[in-house]
Formats: sequence, structure tokens, C-alpha cells
Amino acid sequence: MIAYSLLIEAVQVLILLFAAPLFAGWVKTVKCRMQGRTYAGVFQPYRDIARLFSKEVILAENASWIFRITPYIVFGVTVIIGGIIPLISTDLPFAATADVIALVMLFAIIRFFTALAGMDIGTAFGGMGSSREMTIASLAEPAMLMAIFTVSLAGKSTSLTHMVQVMAQGELLLRPSLAFALLAFIMVHLTETGRVPVDNPSTHLELTMIHEAMILEYSGRHLALMEWASMMKLFIFSALGIALFCPWGIAPAEDFPGMLVAIVLLAAKLAVLGVILVLIETGLAKMRLFRLTEYLGSAFLLATLGMLSFFILE
Amino acid sequence: MTPFDIAMASLFLMLSPVILVPCCARYRSFAIHLSFSLTAAASLAAVIAGALAVQYGTITSAVVEMGLPDLPFHLRLDPLAGFFLCVIGLLSFFVSLYSIGYVKGFPAGRSVVRFVVFFALFITGMLLVVLADDAFFFLIAWELMAASSYFLVMFEDEKAENRRSAYLYLVIAHVGAIAILLSFGVMAGLANGFASFQGYTFAAMRATAYPVGWATAAFLLSFFGFAAKAGVIPLHVWLPEAHPVAPSNVSALMSGVMLKTSIYGIVRITFDFLKVFPWWWGGIVLVLGLVSAVLGVLYALMQHDLKRLLAYHSVENIGIILIGLGLAMIFTSFQLPALAALALIAALYHTLNHAMFKGLLFMGAGAVLHATHERNMEEMGGLIHRMPWTAVFFLVGCISIAALPPFNGFVSEWLTFQALLLSPALHRPILSLLIPLGAALLALTGALAAACFVKAFGVTFLGHWRGHHPIQKVQEVDATMRGGMLLAAAVCFFLGILPTHVITWMDILAERLVGGKLAASAGAYGWLWLTPIARERASYSGFNVFLGIAVVVVVAWLLLHARKADIRRVPIWDCGFEKLTPRMQYTATSFAMPIRRIFGFLFRIREETDVVPPVRHPAYPERLRYRLRVRDRFWYWLYQPVGEAAFFTARKIGNLQQGRIQVYLIYSFVTIIVLLVFLG
Amino acid sequence: MPVSFAAQINSVMAALILLTAFGLLIQRRILGLLHLFAWQGLFLGISTAIVGYVTGVHHLFVSSILTLTLKVVLLPWILYALIRKLNIRKEIETLVNIPATMLIGIALVIFSYHLTAPITQLSSLVTRSTLAVALATVMLGLLMMVTRHHAVTQIIGFLALENGLFFAATSATYGMPMVVELGVALDLLIAAFIFGIFFFHINTTFDSLDVEQMAKLKEGD
Repeated sequence: MIAYSLLIEAVQVLILLFAAPLFAGWVKTVKCRMQGRTYAGVFQPYRDIARLFSKEVILAENASWIFRITPYIVFGVTVIIGGIIPLISTDLPFAATADVIALVMLFAIIRFFTALAGMDIGTAFGGMGSSREMTIASLAEPAMLMAIFTVSLAGKSTSLTHMVQVMAQGELLLRPSLAFALLAFIMVHLTETGRVPVDNPSTHLELTMIHEAMILEYSGRHLALMEWASMMKLFIFSALGIALFCPWGIAPAEDFPGMLVAIVLLAAKLAVLGVILVLIETGLAKMRLFRLTEYLGSAFLLATLGMLSFFILE
Repeated sequence: MTPFDIAMASLFLMLSPVILVPCCARYRSFAIHLSFSLTAAASLAAVIAGALAVQYGTITSAVVEMGLPDLPFHLRLDPLAGFFLCVIGLLSFFVSLYSIGYVKGFPAGRSVVRFVVFFALFITGMLLVVLADDAFFFLIAWELMAASSYFLVMFEDEKAENRRSAYLYLVIAHVGAIAILLSFGVMAGLANGFASFQGYTFAAMRATAYPVGWATAAFLLSFFGFAAKAGVIPLHVWLPEAHPVAPSNVSALMSGVMLKTSIYGIVRITFDFLKVFPWWWGGIVLVLGLVSAVLGVLYALMQHDLKRLLAYHSVENIGIILIGLGLAMIFTSFQLPALAALALIAALYHTLNHAMFKGLLFMGAGAVLHATHERNMEEMGGLIHRMPWTAVFFLVGCISIAALPPFNGFVSEWLTFQALLLSPALHRPILSLLIPLGAALLALTGALAAACFVKAFGVTFLGHWRGHHPIQKVQEVDATMRGGMLLAAAVCFFLGILPTHVITWMDILAERLVGGKLAASAGAYGWLWLTPIARERASYSGFNVFLGIAVVVVVAWLLLHARKADIRRVPIWDCGFEKLTPRMQYTATSFAMPIRRIFGFLFRIREETDVVPPVRHPAYPERLRYRLRVRDRFWYWLYQPVGEAAFFTARKIGNLQQGRIQVYLIYSFVTIIVLLVFLG
Repeated sequence: MPVSFAAQINSVMAALILLTAFGLLIQRRILGLLHLFAWQGLFLGISTAIVGYVTGVHHLFVSSILTLTLKVVLLPWILYALIRKLNIRKEIETLVNIPATMLIGIALVIFSYHLTAPITQLSSLVTRSTLAVALATVMLGLLMMVTRHHAVTQIIGFLALENGLFFAATSATYGMPMVVELGVALDLLIAAFIFGIFFFHINTTFDSLDVEQMAKLKEGD
């Protein structure tokens, strides 16, 4: 019934809102362990966000309304995306609002407004961040689209809930096309969430910043919203990868105990994914900006090979 | 009143300024208000006529006893013509409203009468092209449209470059017109077996079944002709020259609707007359569409002239429309009417959307030009503070053209993607492999377009003023200009959140032209959800996206402002370096630099950096000069060789003109002998 | 092992062979190239063994073991010794830049799929769908030889081409007659020794292994 579905939808959005900083904290903790440092604990991002919310907002004199409205729009769009991806169940009434292609364009809205905010202040940092971000994003789009298309060929649809249903309940087949698409998706995931080797999320050197450069001027509650939104974006992208490539355990409709199992499974999968991310980040160095064409070209190549494998081998 | 009567009324109203305005030329302000009110009313009538024609699917024809004896003019209003009447009328209405304020701002020396007369003739020409029902009248209307737009492009003819651009435009338009004429000749001849002249009516052409060879010839000729007018690569060189030099309201009309008349021509000839065709026609259209889309947006990224950037984006969007049309043709040739309907509706929806957001963007660029007297983005910046309304409307245009939800550009691009990704339904392996690569190229185009408009909006409106003259003289534009832009922006928004209504209205076009219906599946779950093929396959709800974002934004804002929330304004953070100047911001050229490095092999780029030799010490240069020139390769590969060949041939033939009377007498003598020999 | 499961594993191996072929195209470092070639040999060996198991053609087991010894162990070791002796260290330059090479590679894969589609439909073998991959590997090996100008990489390209031919034989006709396979294996081994000798000569004559230098041997300079 519809009330039950709305409840699941609400639970999912709440999970997104409150588990995303936990996931970010877990990734940071594992990274610090691997590099032999100590960290302030898995719950530190919560404290960071709370601290930022209580601080004063300081705006540049010529910041326009676009600068002020961007954090809210970015936050809003991220929450909407969270309502569309099946995290724990495919019984989501809001999920029909956007299929995977529309989802990619929703991410584009976030990028568009963040880039505009970067250009708003009128310093060189913001312009540099916006310019690089838009270039890298445009190279990553074909790879992302090909990877998603390959998965949609296997799932026979571009609607996420339907894809998850088909793949979770279908028979277990070894599909090389999905393996290629998964590799391509991991490469695009690192690009879109701004991790090494594309962008260093913890850098403070101007020449190596991409995402940080665009949000450099934000402070107080605006910065809290942007940071929270970027943690949610990491969570969402990881959850999207899990939903596309490892959907077993996501409960179908009307399955209440299955949902509890799904929550536990989601936590386990995300923990493993976090460790994999850290292994990649620690093992690779950040690439030069113009080497990224080869990197993203390889991602496109892998995704195309996946699509070709589907037609040739399956 | 039938839709046809309303359309006729619209034509008469549109022609009335041509007669009325020269009479009251002395009262400038009154003339402006009167003429543009008449064109606005006429456009509104055209919209109503078109909307009713599509809604009720009526077909009305009429014969007007003008023209040559035995070759009268035929007129016809059917759903396809009605749809394009709607597109033309809607944008003309907004631009007429905008023009009141814009033309008032012309310097006192310029003739308003000249402008208004050609403006009215231009829109009349476009309306007649769409309504014409025979080849003769079609070409007359086409010429009227081309000639009046030539005079409008050349409106500021004191500058040599304007005259040159207008001349280039005229040449390419006529090359295209000759190809269209030849194509009509082929079709008319086959329609009547060269027995009488009656084959020239479209009704006769519609009724004929063409043999494949001649049909291919007719298609290639007409596609070449219409592609020249639409600005498809490689026939696009006139677009970035002609659109920027025209007055902005004319650029809006040219980019927004004149290019669409070529789309009308292609759809009319391919789907209405030729009806049966092999799949490789669609393949040519698809490939040219993809090439135009990618190259158009890359050229646009290299520009720093705001109107030239918008002109190159028209090339890109025409490419996207051709992608949809090409797919529709491929699906039709494989007998898949439902998918062909999806692709055709995607293409026509994008036609409507592009008219709206491109018109809005050009109107915005015109407002900026009107206020700052600058077209070069590198001299602008920070205009959002001085021109807040223009900034908002321009932003709506930017979001729409970057295909971001919930505005209209996204809906048509999404439908095009769905059509591209359904290619596995064609059971030809090579096509199923190549068409998804086209989808990847379309994704690249979309992302590059978003980058380009971040650049355009960011450099023009955000940041600090980069210009040399003071910004205090820049002011917001007046109410009529804002009104035109507001209406266009509102239409962009509503087309984005109510797509099922629009598709239901347009469905009759798909039914008549390709034999498939989309609205039944598209609107199967109510007006809120757009489900083109099936709900399980894909679905989208623009209204929900808008509502969701709005709700979260409002809730977040309220929660965060529950207690007193102050904002402190301070100077920008300068990293300890106090002497930040507006020249230290990113410019349009620097924003596009990474993309220029990556894709630069497609252009002829020359970058020169001169260090002005310093007086005091070699390590501290006094001044640095940077020059960048990005040129279109097609000019050197295609146009220059063709131009040189034409001049070479002309010079050789020019040797015939000896200038001596004996030689001419010899020519006449030889001709007489030859005629006597062959006719004796 | 049911037939369809074996066919799936075979498809996975084919996909991995294709992936390594592309990897050879875009890899810059020589040792990386050697490792990729060894992996390709491994996947080829496993694929041959599976086809042998499923179809019962027992001499395929022998050729699988031959492939494994030769292409995974012996040839890479010989090439590695060669590289050590000649002190080759630098990165490899390519004729065309890497994204363009990738795009040409994709076009070749699509082309080979288009070519083999009629055969795939007519054939009744378990391995019919992998013929396109085999042809693509051959073409990619050839592309690699064309776009590189270091002698060692050209040899690796040639060996990758031979891998593709071997894979094509397995896919199309369940392997070649045993005599032919033994003969080809012996030829490869001898070829490896001869390459070694020639590399020393080239290196001492030109003091580099860049094949562009051999353009100096032209008559009209």
C-alpha cells in the first residue's frame, strides 16, 4: 500500500542523510590507518558539520544571490537523488521521477551551480576550479553513459528499480560485459566524487584543487551544506554502483524482514567498498590534469568493450 | 472561424506594417509601438491557428489566383504546418514585444521604417514557407525570407565586415536554394511524367511513388539545400558570421525560427512526399547531425564574442534535431513505427524548445549589448548586480540549453537518448553497435554545452567588471524587453514540467508522418509521469523534480533561519596578496583553455606570447602580450578551394569577352551556322 | 561442468584476452607489456583447456600445456633477459597518441564483429561467439606493430597477433592438427632466439632499437 511505500522512501532518505557522514568517516579512518596515522574517529564528520552550522557566514562583498542559493540547491538535488536510488528496497514511489540518464543530468545540475558559484566571487581560484571541473566532467560523461547503457542492456531497462529487480532475481550468470562496465564505473566514480587519482579531496594547494577551489569561499552554514552534500554524493555514487553491479539483498516490495536484512547488507557492502576505495587512493598518485584524457579515455574504452562484449559474446 | 481563416488574418496583420509604417515615419515612437503591436498580434493569431490545426488535425487548402497564368499559388494548413506556425508565431510574439524596447534604443540616425518593413516581410516569408503547397510559391516565400533577412543582417551597413558577412550569407542561401529548386524539379517531373506543369503542386508530389534512384537524387539535393540553410556542418560558415552582426531581435528570430524552416522542409519532403526510403538516408542524417553537434559545441567553446558563441550553439542544436530525424528515418525504414514516433517527437520537441531557449538567450545577449555596447565577453563581468532581471532570464536560458532538469531542454534530449538507446531493437548488428556510440557523443555534447554556458554566464554576469569604461553607465533594460524575456523563460519552464501535455498535442504529427503513436504510452500514467515506451523501461517527471528540489530547499532554508542568521560582508579572500584586480579573474579564453588543449587538433589554432623586453631587468618583464587565433578548418579545406576553383573557371570563361566587335560578330556567325546545320 | 557454464567461462576468457590486447596497445612501459603478454597467454591456455574439456577433443589439453609453457613462461623470460642485456629502460613512444589508438582499436573490433557475424550464425560450435574476439585480437596485434617504433614492442605485437590466430583456430575448428601446432610452437621458439641475435646487431649498428633509425638504410637519402 502507498503509505508503506512512502514510509520506506522516508526511511531511505533518512539513511542517506545520516549515514553519509558515517561512510565518509569510515573512509577517512581506513585511509589514516593505512597510512599509519591516527584519526579522530568514525564520527568526526558529524562533529565537523555541526561545528560549521553554528558558525557565522562570511560573504565576499560582491557575492551575488547565485552564490547564496547554490548550497541549498546542491543539497536539495542531492537529497532528491537519494530518493531515487534503491538503497534498501525497490518499492520507491519517487523513484519513477528519474531514470538513470535523468540521474546523470541531476548530477549535472549540482556541477553547473557549483561551477557558477566558483566563478561568482571573481578570484582566480574559483575560475580555475570551475574550468577544470567542467572539462573533466565533459570527458567523463561518455564513459558514464556507456557503462550505464551496458548495464541497462543486461537489465533491459533504464529505470533503476526495474534494473535492480531484474538483476537481483535473475539467474547468476558470468557476464564479462558487466565486469567491464564495473571497471569503467569505478573509474568514473573516482572522477565524479573527486578522489585520487583525479582530484585530492584533502589538498590545500591551489594548483591541485578542483572541487575545493570552487567551494573555497564558502563558510558557516553554507559550507556545512556543501560538505554534507559532497559526503552524500560519495555515498550516493557508491550506493549507485552497488545497486547496478551487486544488487543482491535489496528487498523487493512488501518484504519487511527483507528490508532489515537489506540494511545490514548495505552497511557491509559499503564497508567493503570503502576499503577498496582507500586501497585505490593510497596506491595511486594524483594525475596531471592533461593525463586525465587518457584515464577517462580508458574508462570509455572499457565501457565500450563492455557494450561490445554484450553483443558479441552474449 | 477555421484555423485557416485565422492564419490568413495573421498574414494580413503581419503585412500591414509594411504599408502603415512609412506613413507615420515622422512620429518615431508611435511608429515603433504600432508596428510591433501589429506583428505581435499577427504572431499570436499564427500561434492560435497552428495550435488549433494540430489539436484537431484539420487539413485545409486554398488556391490563390496570383502568380503566373495556369500556375496559381496553393496554400495548405495541415498539422505539420500548424506545428511550425506555432513555433514561428510564439517566438515572433516574444520578440515583437522585446523589439519595442530594443528598437527604441536605436541611435537617432537609423531608419526605423527600413527595419520594420523588412522585419514584417521576414516573418511573413517564414509563415508563407510553412503554408505553401506548391513548389513555385514555396520558393517565392523562401526567397522573400532570405532577401529580407539579408537586408536585416546588413542593417548596420556602415561597417565593411557586416556587409561581407551578409554577402556570405546570401551566397550560401542561394546555393542552397538552387539545390532545393533542382530537387523540386526532379519530384515535379516524376509526379507528372514531364507531360504538363501540374506536377509542381505538393499534392501531386505527395501522390507519386518514386523509383529509388530518383528519390535518392531528390532527397540528397533537398537535404543539401536545407542543410545549407540550417547550418549543418560543413555548410555552416555563414551562421557565425551573419547572426552576430544582425540586430539582436533579428538574430533571435533567425536562430530561433528561420533555421527551423529548413527542418520543416526536410520533414515535409522526406516523410510526406518520399515516404519510402532505404535506411542509409537516415544514416547520413544521423552522422551529419552527430558531427554538427560535437563540432558546433567545440567551436562555441572557443569563442569570446557572446553572439558568435550563441550562433555556434545553434549549429549544435540543429545537429541534435537531425539526430532525432535520422533515427526516425532509420526506424521507419525498418518498419518500427512506435520507435520512429519517439524519435520524431523528440526531434520536433527539440525544435520547439530550441526556438524558445535560443530566442531567450539572444534576447538576453541583446539586452547586454544594449546596456553595455559590448559584444566581447572579455570586457564584461559582474553584470548580475546592475542587470538583475536580465541575469535571471539569461540563467533560465542557460539552464535550458544545458539540458538540465526541470527545464525544457532536458525533456527533448532525454527523449533523444531513449531513442538512441533503443537501437538494439533493429536487428542489424552493425547498427546496434554504432548507434550507442552516437549516444556517447551526444552525452559529450551535452556536457560540453553545460561547460560553455557556465563560461558564458559566469564571465558575463558574475565576478567583477573587466571592462575599460566605468560600469556605472550600465543599467537594466526597460519593461518591454524584460517582458519578452520573461514570457520566453516562462514557456521554457512550462514546456519542461508539462511534457505529457505537449506530447499528447503533438502526437498527431507522429501518427500522420510515420504511422506510430507515442502519447498513449507516454502519458499512460497521467500527466505527471512521462513514460515514453513503458514505465518499466524509463520514466521521468519534471514536475516532481521541481517540486522535490523546491520542498527541500525551502525546508532547509527555514530550518537554518529558525534562529537569527546573520551574514557578514567582507572583502574577498586574497591569500594575503592585497593587490587583486579584476584583470586577475578567469576570462573566457582561460576558462576554455583545458578544452582547447584537448580538442585543439580540430581547429587551426595559433597562440603567440610576446614578452615586451624589459627596461630594468630580464627577470621582471614589463608587459606580456598574448594573442590567440582560432580558425575554422572547413574554411581552408572546403570554401577556399571551391572559391578559388570558381574564380579560376570564371577567369577562363572571361577570356570570351575580348572587347573587339569582330570577335562578337564571329560568335554570332558561328552560332547561325551551327543552328542551320542542326535544324535544317 | 555443464556446457553452458563452460561456454560462459570461455566468454569471460575471451573478454579478458580482448582486454589484454587493448592493454598492450595503450601500455607505455616495456615490463608492463611483458606482463600483459604473459597474462594473455595464461587466459589463452585456460580457454583452450576448457574447450578441450567440454568438447572432448583431447589434444587441446596438450596444446594448452604447450601454450602455457611457451607463452607464459619461456617467451616472456627470453624477452626479459634480452631487455636486461640491452639495458632498455625508457618509455615507449607511439606514432599516434593514445586516445586515437584506442578509438581505432574500437573501430577494428566493430569491424571484425561485422565480418564474422555471418559465420557466427552458421556455425554450431560451442565457441562460435569468440571468433570475433579472435579476429579482433589479430587486428589489434597488427595495429600495435604499426603504431610503435621500438623493436621489442613490435615483436610483442607479432606474438600477440599469433595469439589471436591460435585463438581463432580454437574457436573456428577446435584447434589445428597436432603436428601443425607443434611446428608453430617450435617456430616461435626459434624466432625468439633469432630476434635476440638481430637485436644485438641493430643495437650495435645504430646504438638504439628505434626502428625509425632503419630509415637511414634508404638508398636516396
